[in-house]
Amino acid sequence: MSTNSKGPAKKIEHPVLKHFRDDSPGTPHLWCAGCGVGQVWHYTTRAIEELGLDEDKVLWVGGSGCTGRMCTYWHKDFFHTLHGRALSFATGAKLARPELTVLVHSGDGECVAIGGNHLIHAARRNVDLNLIAINNFNYGMTGGQFSPTTPINANTATTPYGNREAPFDLTTLMREAGATYIARWTTVHFRQVINAIKKGIQNKGFSYIEILAQCPTQYGRRNKLGGAVEMMEWLKALSVTKENAEKMSPEELKGKFVIGELFSATKPEFSEYMRSIAAEASK
Amino acid sequence: MQGNEACVEGALAAGCMLFAGYPITPATEVSEIMARRLPRVGGIYVQGEDELASLGMILGASAAGWKGMTATSGNGICLMQEEIGYAAMTEIPCVIVDAQRAGPGTGIATKSMQGDVYQVRYGSNGDYSIIALAPSSPQETFDLTIEAFNLAEMYRTPVFLLSDEIVAHMRERVIIPEPEKIKVVERRKTEVPPAEFVPFRVETPDGVPPMPSIGDGYALPISSFARTDTGRPVTDFKNQDRLVQRLWNKVEKHADSIARIEVEGLEDARVAVVSYGSVARAADEAVRNMRSQGKPVASVRLITLWPFPDERIREVGRHVKTILFPEMNMGKMVREVERTAGKHAEVFSFPKPGVDMHTPAEIEQAVMRILE
Repeated sequence: MSTNSKGPAKKIEHPVLKHFRDDSPGTPHLWCAGCGVGQVWHYTTRAIEELGLDEDKVLWVGGSGCTGRMCTYWHKDFFHTLHGRALSFATGAKLARPELTVLVHSGDGECVAIGGNHLIHAARRNVDLNLIAINNFNYGMTGGQFSPTTPINANTATTPYGNREAPFDLTTLMREAGATYIARWTTVHFRQVINAIKKGIQNKGFSYIEILAQCPTQYGRRNKLGGAVEMMEWLKALSVTKENAEKMSPEELKGKFVIGELFSATKPEFSEYMRSIAAEASK
Repeated sequence: MQGNEACVEGALAAGCMLFAGYPITPATEVSEIMARRLPRVGGIYVQGEDELASLGMILGASAAGWKGMTATSGNGICLMQEEIGYAAMTEIPCVIVDAQRAGPGTGIATKSMQGDVYQVRYGSNGDYSIIALAPSSPQETFDLTIEAFNLAEMYRTPVFLLSDEIVAHMRERVIIPEPEKIKVVERRKTEVPPAEFVPFRVETPDGVPPMPSIGDGYALPISSFARTDTGRPVTDFKNQDRLVQRLWNKVEKHADSIARIEVEGLEDARVAVVSYGSVARAADEAVRNMRSQGKPVASVRLITLWPFPDERIREVGRHVKTILFPEMNMGKMVREVERTAGKHAEVFSFPKPGVDMHTPAEIEQAVMRILE
């Protein structure tokens, strides 16, 4: 932004601010410098804008943790629920008001550790929810403890001798569980993430969109991965496109993340088939 | 009709649209009958993957405008506690049926106990208030289930229907009135347009804010953070004090209008037998027997357990010398009676820790010992 002789400078507003809640806590938000969560906030609002959705019918749901707090900044209806329970509350809201577009943002700790049971069952039922899962390999909010997606040998606040627990591949888990749209990208993939969220919203069923994200403050610091930019380079190096992965051996794929649109299918949707039971029974 | 079935019929009469529950003895019949009956009135039955999912779905649906209910036993209530606190804090109406069974732990699934009276009141973290109703018969289970829905909507709070294995499985005649004769309370939404709406601003003397639904265009900030009226999370004493006082008082300050008790024969009594739920059946019979023999005994039945009817029980204490409280636990609600009526009358607990209920003969013997 610069001033010129023709008049005062035009104030440039960040494109997400028009979606930001006026009285949200913190200035302007609680995420650390360089955190990937803010990027995903941006991508989500871009997807909503590009689809031209009626924002009064777009419900943001979250639980606890850095990612769980995303919903609390959305300027329309938000449902900031309990740690791990976001998908259950979201399912209830969707059953009562099927016209809602329901977006659930959940971190790796929340959606697969404390909320793991609800995760697999929401996918199995194929509820028309969109789970945007931010995987930054640790619990950031509480100070960088290991999560079910922390890689083997990584250092975290609670694995001072290195992590020995095998991490989950959530995209595989979601496919087995019954999700009908599955994509994985990183925070680097601006356009791809927006498109994946749009496709997830358009999918009539459970959509799982995983975004590998940098957490420079906790995971990056403890594993000497550098700042946000270095970590985003690291994420790029860790990820392999679906097309390239098909040409690689399991040995070569070890420790890598396959990215892309990984799966889509058509199956009956939960709120629709539950309503069809009611329609038949009440005849 | 069985108590659990009467509960389902009451819920349907009150306008329940979503039932979500996890099978557990002795509440399972509520789920099974709901699965059959609810779709016939256009509602949805969901079998949750656990109790947390079940109550979570109910709260999600309620925030989006549907009346909802779950049913479980004490073990399930343990699992739901965090969500119960969430519902109290976010003021989302819901009805939770607890058909109590013998505990602690897995206990005895098929036997009765009145062991959950504290955990439904005080089980979640922090200070809040809830409402709990204790039916003594299938008919009352029907009536009180409707009242539970009405109170949940009026006070924006979780309401417990606290039955027990005996009442849940008891079979008696239940009269279901014509729908137009049943009083059903609908949620109070706001008259204020969205641009001027303050989500938790109280507009009425009852201390209960109006409640638009998700999707109505009111940009609702639903969170169980401590908050201002606008929904902004805050950490200062002043806001915490104001919020917690209101959540507590909106129920406790209305205890006299919410809480109901049934009193028989207090005018000439020296001893009052106070009871609730299934045990009240034995207590009533014992008192009837003794009164027919001219004994100065009264029966006081608590229909509402929480908020506790302080003033009415204090009044009972003023009328009699002694109060006997047979209860199917180690003596819980009796402490509330000691707290209120204890200054005026001597209060004796008659505990039985589940499985076998007090018999009328046992209660008569206990009263006779007091009278002698």
